[in-house]
Amino acid sequence: MSVAIRLPTVLRPAASGQSVVNVDGETIGQVLERLQQTYPAIAGQVLTQEGSLHRFVNVYVNDDDVRYLDKLDTKVAPDDVVSILPAVAGGAS
Amino acid sequence: MTAYRSILEMIGNTPLVDVSPLSPNPGVSIFVKLEGQNPGGSVKDRPALAMIEDAEASGLLRPGATLLEPTSGNTGIGLAMVCRVKGYHLKVVLPSNVSPERRQLLELWGAEIIESPGSEGSNGAVRRARVLAAEHPEWVFLYQYGNPANPRAHYEGTAPEIWRDCPGITHFVAGLGTSGTLLGVGRFLKERDPAIQIWAVEPPAGEMVDGLRNLDDGYIPPIFSELGGEELLDRKTIVGPRDSILWTRRLTDLGIFAGISAGAALAGAVKCAASIERGVIVFVAADGGWKYLSTGAWTGDLDEVVERAKKTIYF
Repeated sequence: MSVAIRLPTVLRPAASGQSVVNVDGETIGQVLERLQQTYPAIAGQVLTQEGSLHRFVNVYVNDDDVRYLDKLDTKVAPDDVVSILPAVAGGAS
Repeated sequence: MTAYRSILEMIGNTPLVDVSPLSPNPGVSIFVKLEGQNPGGSVKDRPALAMIEDAEASGLLRPGATLLEPTSGNTGIGLAMVCRVKGYHLKVVLPSNVSPERRQLLELWGAEIIESPGSEGSNGAVRRARVLAAEHPEWVFLYQYGNPANPRAHYEGTAPEIWRDCPGITHFVAGLGTSGTLLGVGRFLKERDPAIQIWAVEPPAGEMVDGLRNLDDGYIPPIFSELGGEELLDRKTIVGPRDSILWTRRLTDLGIFAGISAGAALAGAVKCAASIERGVIVFVAADGGWKYLSTGAWTGDLDEVVERAKKTIYF
């Protein structure tokens, strides 16, 4: 099934400037692998060579960080919105 | 005679208020810890005093010393107040797009402001501060993002207060900034009851970080990595400006005037309440609403306020 992935500004050039792309997959891991296959310039930036999530990248399903759900095994449904965002220094501390 | 010898003695011991009328679930009570009641106006008074006292105890801070800190507001304000009382000089590296009240508060406490690009957000302030610290080794760089006295202030202060005032707590919800509050309170609570869940709430990154060249420019607070933040947290959720402001407004129904990040934390608490059958949730209102009046968050047109909030640092 196809889910919408919102890309951070820094990855949009690699996806022809698109801020949202649609990718097939049943889990976050599958969706991110497909994303990197579809847009080769993204390869290695979200998932590392070993297939794990890059430490400075956060991935959310409907605003929930997948690291605290089922990580790459987190399931996705057709209406879900996946967001990829960079890790940043916290808010207004 | 009963009097505090110094305003600094008023830091901490903040009240817990029942806001269960805002809970979507009759089986779940919600309480807010009002950190705006601290004398400097925010929860950051706690780590500010703790980091300074820690540096004094270790000899790092000498009388009349100069301190440097990257901060988009509350920590700077807390440090500035403590520095003023103790006679230290403070230089604050501040993103240019903070609300005007934050700037004014820093100036009235005597802090010197060094600007970093608003588009680079807090990452940019940290970067600039690190460069300045390397150029000026005589300045003391307390570095709230990497200083264990920060989470320790919450472990020793915020957490025992919550445990004392709400021993039936099942869930703790707070904003994720440096991660000090979540780490300190989280560790204390789980030591007493491992079943207690710790939820973090964060603002959407994205818009604020156009200065990022690539994802390797990302940043994780050192204390978060070093103190096992990822293992400690049970949930991390983004709450956007619209929900943050809507829930900040709802708090005024109960007579509570809190900052916009309090609305975000409440939104997280409400999401939590809706997802469980029974529970007792405590969330943190990091500051009062005073510094955000200029945003029109309470009385302005919601769409306009939300648009403006996306460009300002309010969290």
